[in-house]
Amino acid sequence: MTGLRVTAVTTSYGRGARVLDRLDLTVPDGELTAVLGPSGCGKTTLLRVIAGFLTPDTGEISLGERTVSGPGVHVPPERRGVGIVAQEGALFPHMDVARNVAFGLRGVGRAERRARAAEMLELVGLGSYGTRMPHELSGGQQQRVALARALAPRPALVLLDEPFNALDSALRAGLRSDVRTALRAAGTTALLVTHDQEEALSSADRIAVIRDGGVVQTGTPQEVYARPADTWVASFIGAAVLLPARVKASHAITVLGRIPLTEPTPEGTRTGTVILRPEQLRLVPASEASGTRARVTEVRYHGHDALILLTTDGLSTPITVRTTGPITIHAGDETGIAVAGTAILHPHRNPLPDNAG
Amino acid sequence: MKANRPPLVRRPATAQFAAAGRRRPPLVLLLPAIAAALLALLPLGYLGVRAMEHGWGYAWDIVTERRTLELLVRSLQLTAIVVFACLVLGVSLAWLTVRTRLPGRRLWAVLATLPLAVPSYVAAFTWISAAPSLAGLPGAAITLTFACSPYVFLPVAAALRGIDPAQEEAARSLGSGAFRVFWRITLPQLRPAAAGGAILVALYVLSDFGSVSITRYDTFTRAVHSSYQASFDRTPAAVLGCVLVTMTVLLVMAENRTRGRAGHARTGRGSARPPVPLSLGWWRVPALVWCTTVSAAAVGFPLATLGYWLTIGNSGWDPQRLWSATLATLTVAAAGAAVTTLLALPVGVLAARHRGRAARFLEQSVYAGHAVPGITVGLALVFFSVRYAYPLYQELPLLIAAYVVLFLPVAVASARAAVLQSPPVLEDVARSLGRSPLNVLREITVPLAAPGIGAGAALTFVVIMKELPATLLLRPTGTDTLATRLWTETGAGAFAGAAPYAAAIVLLAAIPSYLLGRRT
Repeated sequence: MTGLRVTAVTTSYGRGARVLDRLDLTVPDGELTAVLGPSGCGKTTLLRVIAGFLTPDTGEISLGERTVSGPGVHVPPERRGVGIVAQEGALFPHMDVARNVAFGLRGVGRAERRARAAEMLELVGLGSYGTRMPHELSGGQQQRVALARALAPRPALVLLDEPFNALDSALRAGLRSDVRTALRAAGTTALLVTHDQEEALSSADRIAVIRDGGVVQTGTPQEVYARPADTWVASFIGAAVLLPARVKASHAITVLGRIPLTEPTPEGTRTGTVILRPEQLRLVPASEASGTRARVTEVRYHGHDALILLTTDGLSTPITVRTTGPITIHAGDETGIAVAGTAILHPHRNPLPDNAG
Repeated sequence: MKANRPPLVRRPATAQFAAAGRRRPPLVLLLPAIAAALLALLPLGYLGVRAMEHGWGYAWDIVTERRTLELLVRSLQLTAIVVFACLVLGVSLAWLTVRTRLPGRRLWAVLATLPLAVPSYVAAFTWISAAPSLAGLPGAAITLTFACSPYVFLPVAAALRGIDPAQEEAARSLGSGAFRVFWRITLPQLRPAAAGGAILVALYVLSDFGSVSITRYDTFTRAVHSSYQASFDRTPAAVLGCVLVTMTVLLVMAENRTRGRAGHARTGRGSARPPVPLSLGWWRVPALVWCTTVSAAAVGFPLATLGYWLTIGNSGWDPQRLWSATLATLTVAAAGAAVTTLLALPVGVLAARHRGRAARFLEQSVYAGHAVPGITVGLALVFFSVRYAYPLYQELPLLIAAYVVLFLPVAVASARAAVLQSPPVLEDVARSLGRSPLNVLREITVPLAAPGIGAGAALTFVVIMKELPATLLLRPTGTDTLATRLWTETGAGAFAGAAPYAAAIVLLAAIPSYLLGRRT
């Protein structure tokens, strides 16, 4: 069992400014968890703390049963057994691919090293590339070698630091799923740091959303997308339509009409913010009675679908609707909006001054 | 004789993975770096101790002596003349070769940097041997001006290439003529680069021992040497040395400040469009005459004189002696370069990878040699060894120690730049794959930085080969390098005898310089 547990880790720069603020994170054994957050939220610092390049001010980090960082304990990076796949691969430019992959294999025989390196290269689909030099590989191939190198010594944990960032988007999706497969085949626990929500949603078993040095929400990609912990998470992961609402009999009353709530609200909730996803909204003819009347302000065409931005009376922010198929509507047109499915509601904070803590 | 200063190296922004967080410097780096820093600071400290040995009052009496004041005036006079002349030469040549359609401007640019390859005392030898009447201020000023003008030419030429031509075009379109544009727009922007160069020149002139002693012009360095030789009381030499160090340290501080500002002036760089060179019209003729005269005096004349003495020479030709001096030079330079490079490595890695206060302090201490003239380092080590390490007095290790103190800055700057070339994340990855800090250094950092470190070693080798004053004071008994032989022969007026040594220095120094030049 070699899951990762990070407990109440705090780090700060110089005086005061906290980068990680009592951060808790658990990565179950053999799973891939994506750490998702905007730039500057402390993702990279978290990675460096786990790898052992930074010593946290307080808190504890353990890999399985082993505490690698805590009060009076600091296992140096070379004895943690934590592999790294860096942003641009960071292959050693003065060694060929096979030597790069075998670099972490120490204390084993030569034949075994060679065999393990070959096996790892096979795993990432680069079996015949052992004698190439790093600069002779494409960016995607370099990342595969970096992954093979990190996996070769059978680390307890692999950290991936925005590993697909430097690649163009066409290459990304393919590499992403290959990396996923390789990690599964190796059965390695992994932590993927990214600011790309699509990457996190499509490749991770679990997502941990980080903001201001702390985890705001963890869950499977579906959970995080369908039930964001707050409106910030909702807007950060995918597009969201946020509507002020009144609560009445497990329904939300909004400018888009009466919407059933996914789950009951706490006792006494009067008002709140409703979170809808653009694909829950549908354009209907302006004449249809079930729809809410709105005016199109902008059409953003993406090929596979389109986002339609609309305004409606009683709402200052635009509403986004995702549609597929041919677009026949133009900016300035009048149309109707209908809502499908249920919505999440986040109650407004009690306006009474009892939150003086 | 202080030869090539370490090149200006800016700190690039750290790569992203490393940006998040300080790392503690490992002991394998810290301990040798501390040793290097202590060695670098020792001569300075001990010089101060010796100067104060007979009390503050005695030292103060020496400082306020009439003779000291005279030396101060003479040193500053020479410095002022040389700095002014270098500014005129450097700026005019830089503008002509970078911004005009002067015929053969590539050639003139190469000729303008060539004096760097000739040690200034060799140039002094050629002038004095050709015209003994130049002895004194004129000879020293001429020699040092031509030797130092590249220190102004190079940064100003670089700045001229960096200025956005759009500003000048805007001024032209507003009705200013070409020369008015130069005065009002271009020249003010060159000021930081020119000031930085001028300070380097001043530092060189104040630290120079070889050319002023060959041209027999008494400055601080020469007075330090003669008062050390002349009297049993060595306190005056130590006190004069301290005064000299104070002046050079002030200059280095000034230099650090202009560097900062020069950096700002260059942020406008990156304009892809090169400036359109200016047509000189009939001004071409005086411009060509100017370039020809300067190049002839700075490069042609020393080489011609050297050739003359070599062909005419008969009296002093002693192949046996030349050979042994060459061998001795190569030996001390190789040993000095090896030790200096080895000691520079941990400091360079620390400076490149660890930005903590300790690392900063260590790097700064090592740069002390940058501010200390060779004569004072030699003197301090003589004092120190006579009292505390007599067996080392006039033995090779002490001479090597002097070279280390003087040229650590050169080697550290190269090592740091070389280490900065590769991203720190490679070292992190190696650690995560099970390597201790020492093994990371051995398997990743050093192999990757090897070309740059090697270039630094070659550069150190060249500057040690040309070093004169410390070698003069510290060389093992009976050992003569090419530089000290040249100095002795010239002092005795045996010009034909000195010529082979001068030629050998120029040739030997040219080989690594040529190789270094090809690399970049």
